[in-house]
Amino acid sequence: MPERSWPVRWVVAFGRFWVDFLVGDTPELLVGAVVVLGAAAAIAASGSVGASAVAVAFLPLAVLCVLGISLARARSGRR
Amino acid sequence: MIAAVHTSSVVLVVAVFLASAVEMVEALTIVLAVSVTRGRRAALAGALAAVALLGALVAAVGPALVHVPLSTLRMVIGGLLLVFGLQWLRKAILRAAGLKAKHDEDAIFAEQVAELSGTGDRGAGSAAGTGGSRGSRWLGRIDRAGAVVSFKGVFLEGLEVVVVVLTLGSTSHDVPLAALAAGAAVIVVGAIGALVARQLSGVPENAMKMAVGLMLVSFGTFWSGEGIHVRWPGSDLAIVALVAFYGLSAWAVVRLLAGRRSAGRRSAGRRSAGRQPVPEVEHA
Repeated sequence: MPERSWPVRWVVAFGRFWVDFLVGDTPELLVGAVVVLGAAAAIAASGSVGASAVAVAFLPLAVLCVLGISLARARSGRR
Repeated sequence: MIAAVHTSSVVLVVAVFLASAVEMVEALTIVLAVSVTRGRRAALAGALAAVALLGALVAAVGPALVHVPLSTLRMVIGGLLLVFGLQWLRKAILRAAGLKAKHDEDAIFAEQVAELSGTGDRGAGSAAGTGGSRGSRWLGRIDRAGAVVSFKGVFLEGLEVVVVVLTLGSTSHDVPLAALAAGAAVIVVGAIGALVARQLSGVPENAMKMAVGLMLVSFGTFWSGEGIHVRWPGSDLAIVALVAFYGLSAWAVVRLLAGRRSAGRRSAGRRSAGRQPVPEVEHA
């Protein structure tokens, strides 16, 4: 396998840093955060009465649920 | 309004300072190990080169962020902070509950020293230092292996600090304040490191990581919420309420997990004691 040039090596290392940074060994946190933010955006954009108040309550509680799922996974010894 | 702005700035400074301090402790462990095994010059050269590159990164990327639309910036950066903060908080909770080994700086230091002690001769670059100016002779005498390890340690740990400074600073419209808080952490931890040398294990790292995790998750929730047009009651003061909410929840989860762990250990101990009585002579 030919040796990569240094710009390619830097780009690969940079990409690897971001994957490690965002995914690491807890992909459920990234997926969970995206799902939660998507759901909160949908609630806030629904335009119904009190939608913003529902989103305010939903966001922290849903984030806590994501953390709980990740902790449960860690505790069950999957990782 | 002024009170709200001050609250936001105080939380920003505390979050950036603590995050930078934690990362600096990790970087300092590596730099001290290089200093002990390969010489101060190599450790210092690698660390300074990394700090210069990180500074250039902040100077280059920081002003560019101003041109991104605010709601997009808040949503993306808030999301980043949220994921990053959840990772810190998760690890800190698991460590506090005794379900994960604590970060042992002494063990990391010993590991680095052992690794570096077996890496070639000191002053690998000495051949290059036979001629030229005083500066190039100084550079030529630097142990390259040590300098590279020091550079990598400081750069990789520092990159996380840069991300925190840029994300928290840009969403709060105060990158210079965030950079100042990070700089203060670098100076404080550097000074403590110079005084206590290898006793970095005395730093209450998990408590600091827990605090940083709570703040990053709170900032992340707040800014990503702003980005998707959630109207927080009390504006910036909602950050304090979020810190309190997540803090209480983390405390409750740690207690729950630690309680379950000790209950599980007790019942496992009773089971093993019931099935296999250990003769007294075995303990003798």
